[in-house]
Amino acid sequence: MIRFENITKALGGKTVLDRINFEVGAGETFVIVGLSGAGKSVTLKHMIRLMRPDSGSVVVDGGRIDHLGRSELRQVRSKFGVLFQSAALLQWMTVFDNVALPLREHTKMGEQEIARLVGEKLELLNLSDAGDKFPADLSGGMQKRVGLARAIIMNPKIVLYDEPTSGLDPVTSRRIDDLIMDMRKELGITSVVVTHDLHSALSIGSRIMMLHRGKIVENAAPSEFIRSKDPTVQSFLESQYITKKGKWETELSHE
Amino acid sequence: MRYPARSARRVGGKVLQVLHNTGHALFMLLEATAFVRFLFTKRSRAETAMQMYVTGIKSLVVISVVALFTGMILALQTGLELRRYGQEVYIGSAVAVSMIREMGPFMTGLIIAASVGSAIAAQLGTMTVSEEIAALEVMSINPNRFLVMPRLVALAVMMPILTVYTNILGILGGAVVGATQLGVSVQSYMDNATKFATNKDLYVGLFKAVVFGIVIATVACHQGFMTTEGAVGVGKATRRAVILSFLIILVLGYMITRLFYI
Repeated sequence: MIRFENITKALGGKTVLDRINFEVGAGETFVIVGLSGAGKSVTLKHMIRLMRPDSGSVVVDGGRIDHLGRSELRQVRSKFGVLFQSAALLQWMTVFDNVALPLREHTKMGEQEIARLVGEKLELLNLSDAGDKFPADLSGGMQKRVGLARAIIMNPKIVLYDEPTSGLDPVTSRRIDDLIMDMRKELGITSVVVTHDLHSALSIGSRIMMLHRGKIVENAAPSEFIRSKDPTVQSFLESQYITKKGKWETELSHE
Repeated sequence: MRYPARSARRVGGKVLQVLHNTGHALFMLLEATAFVRFLFTKRSRAETAMQMYVTGIKSLVVISVVALFTGMILALQTGLELRRYGQEVYIGSAVAVSMIREMGPFMTGLIIAASVGSAIAAQLGTMTVSEEIAALEVMSINPNRFLVMPRLVALAVMMPILTVYTNILGILGGAVVGATQLGVSVQSYMDNATKFATNKDLYVGLFKAVVFGIVIATVACHQGFMTTEGAVGVGKATRRAVILSFLIILVLGYMITRLFYI
């Protein structure tokens, strides 16, 4: 579905991605982990061509996207929904208007139909009472849920999540994780999640890829990921108190 | 690398960056102008009306004060000089011509650049660093249509209207000073004011106002979109937007005057 072929990207003279290759399959929840500055968000931005690679190619549904014209790019982007790290809601619009924005811009639906669809998504994300509120009146978790409602309003095939649980308390973080899993189960959406949070990655991921200094150091199913012999992966696991003998080993071995 | 070569490379890099930024700003302006055809869609109409309100109504108080005192200062300074030759009756024409040709559009441009231009740069800068602009792009909503075009139209339309308002208040301010400080009756002040100011003065002044409006919108939006480095970057973008607008207004003001009067 999404394939990176020998992607290299340098920013400010520093190589952020160094000839990386990987593929995300349909229906997967593909999680990208790594330390700050490892190139996770840069990888995500290449998938929707918010950034272009210095070399290599990004392929989505069989077609390269790094050289597309504006109208073709628009078609490719219509397959994606994106939940940004900061939720990226337009501050002068209400929650309802934020979620309705893509429908108003890209469809000829009447206001009644828009209200019905927005209402459905808000209900799915437990936001039914928040429609008239402005983003500034919402908590961080609610803003992320509104961002997610906007990301899925056009029924995309793929949803990208950039640090969906950063800055949230553990309870809200687990709720967001549940929502990501629901997206896959109920709507069949392919998800790509960028996160620091390994507990979250192990809970939701069907595959976990770790980036370190612009290179892929591991790309495996969660049960294999925690057994990785790579010292960077091991140290990353240990930094979040995840051990082979701990609860993850038991839980993942049942899957 | 030797020092001269390093310096030359640094200067060359800066020049290239300025050219790149200018090209980027002009492309943004052209694209936003091309999107004016969408002005009468429901959403664009509402956004443009809001921007016109922000530009026009919200700046009215400060423009009124500045316009009034500009006219009063012009009348007082010119009047005191003319009085030495017993010609103070001509302050009406001096104030009217100065206001209509130069001071009206210039002062309005500076105030709008400082108040509205800075607000636009800060808003779009904040949207850029909080990924709202990226979100629009991902939703295939062109920021030049959604954000730049309404601001461009609002400023291009409101600037000449505000300039006429500035001119009127400036001339009235001059009349008050003439009547109270220089012994020139309002009647003879107005007679003089209308006698020497021509239609050409008015048209050139209004043309300047439209150009200044376009400059302010373009510079402010472009600086907003170029913002990096979070809150600090927003501050820098806002400062750059105001300074650049001031400089371009000054230079273009001179060039337009030269074009039409020499």
